[in-house]
Amino acid sequence: MTAPSEPPAATQPLIEARDLERRYTRSRRRSVHALRGVSFEIAAGQRFGIVGESGSGKSTLVRLLAALDTPTAGSVSFRGNRIDGVAERGLRFLRSELQIVFQDPMGSLDPRMRVRDIIREPLGRTRRAEHTERVAELLEAVELPADSGQRYPHQFSGGQRQRISIARALAPRPSVLIADEPVSALDVSVRAQILDLLLDLVERLGLTLVFVSHDLNVVRYVCDEVAVMRHGEIVERGPIDRVYAEPAHPYTQQLLAAAPSLRAALARLEEGP
Amino acid sequence: MALAQRSRNASLLAGGTLVGLVVLAALVSFGWTPHDPLRVEATDRLLGPTGRYVFGTDRFGRDVASQLLVGARSTLYVGVVAVGLAALVGTPLGILAGMSRRWLGEFVMRANDLVLAFPALLLAIMFGAVFGAGTLTAMIAIGIATVPSFARIARSGTLQVMSTEYVLAARAAGRSPAFIARRHVLPNIAGLVIVQCSVSFAIAVLAEAALSFLGFGTRPPTPSWGRMLQESQELLAVEPRLALIPGIAIALAVLGFNLLGDGLRDRFDPRLEAYR
Repeated sequence: MTAPSEPPAATQPLIEARDLERRYTRSRRRSVHALRGVSFEIAAGQRFGIVGESGSGKSTLVRLLAALDTPTAGSVSFRGNRIDGVAERGLRFLRSELQIVFQDPMGSLDPRMRVRDIIREPLGRTRRAEHTERVAELLEAVELPADSGQRYPHQFSGGQRQRISIARALAPRPSVLIADEPVSALDVSVRAQILDLLLDLVERLGLTLVFVSHDLNVVRYVCDEVAVMRHGEIVERGPIDRVYAEPAHPYTQQLLAAAPSLRAALARLEEGP
Repeated sequence: MALAQRSRNASLLAGGTLVGLVVLAALVSFGWTPHDPLRVEATDRLLGPTGRYVFGTDRFGRDVASQLLVGARSTLYVGVVAVGLAALVGTPLGILAGMSRRWLGEFVMRANDLVLAFPALLLAIMFGAVFGAGTLTAMIAIGIATVPSFARIARSGTLQVMSTEYVLAARAAGRSPAFIARRHVLPNIAGLVIVQCSVSFAIAVLAEAALSFLGFGTRPPTPSWGRMLQESQELLAVEPRLALIPGIAIALAVLGFNLLGDGLRDRFDPRLEAYR
């Protein structure tokens, strides 16, 4: 499936999703609609947030954006090139340009590989000596000790493992980083460190960031633009400050109200009857 | 932690020792046995353990200890051929079934079920009838019949590995299915395969005994523990020793392979390093 690729215009979005739909077939009769009619564009250099509770289709969307899954209908373009339904051979450019940091800091690192092998996995078949240098560079960039490469993932804490994950994602010098709930599995005390590291790297390397989270407060801290998802649809989209200050959709209001009300509930508990 | 560590080391040590004894017996038998295991001594029939015959003699006057040593060869031969064949064929098939598109995976697993539904001993007897009875024929048949258990365990392990985020990350980095199979799937299912090896080894040793009894396994006069056991059957009431000695040897070998499998699985798993 080859789409006519338009000449890159200044206004052309980096990533463009058009009417994305993904159905998972459970049986002959039943199918689950994970995504329905999702459209958006992400401009180069943007920090784009996707917010929604679990089951809203966020992870499905991430897989489609990374061409790890094929949409049932609709299209995804990267720099004007279609990447949906394209054979792996035609996706080489994307595989180094777009990388993902996953949620689970244990499950996203092969327990049987040394950290240096994990980090250099995306580098492919270039020279080994260069790899060693690059791995050292990356370990420094994510503020891990230089000797971390010798060790195995289980020897690190959750936050450190997420740093390894980030180092791996940065290895092929991508232009786009997708972070799928990168801090949700971490202790609150570590979250800010990882978020700051991500933001710092995005800034320093001039990356485009797609940040997926269920927590609007985290997204507000990281992103400049946000799309709110519910039941596989985008219900609201706009600059983060606007959405945060004046949420238009009732679901967004509900999301915003959720966190403070928890705090209020805890406060009430502490006061006692 | 210290206790877990000790018990883990213990199973590795005990399993290694038992298996090592079998290997040692087989190796020693090539150079030395107390007597010729095949020599029939009419005057020495059914002797109890003495200084001259450590484990006594059987009803033909053959030395049981010597037969036991030489029989260890058959046991190892049987296990290595059958399990090696099953693991080398079954594991890649299982990985293929776990990683490939739906229909191909389904096809492999249904073919697998077909082999699984076929009784191993019947297959071995058919092979014996067609290609001539003998240890090798029997063990190839047992090996083929064991392929499905490896394919199945490899497939379930592969499916689990393929659903992890580290495989997703590898795919997002453009690594090929062959790379993923080699670097991610195989190392992560190795433990399962090793345990399956030890279980299958035990089954193969027992299958050899059964086939020898039916006349489709190790052919006389080549000694094997299975055949010694079967030959002792008629004299079970008179000379239980003749059944006990090879029986204990088989049991210890099987136990040894199981313990070794357990110990190795833990040793290969770097996640357990913290407990070591």
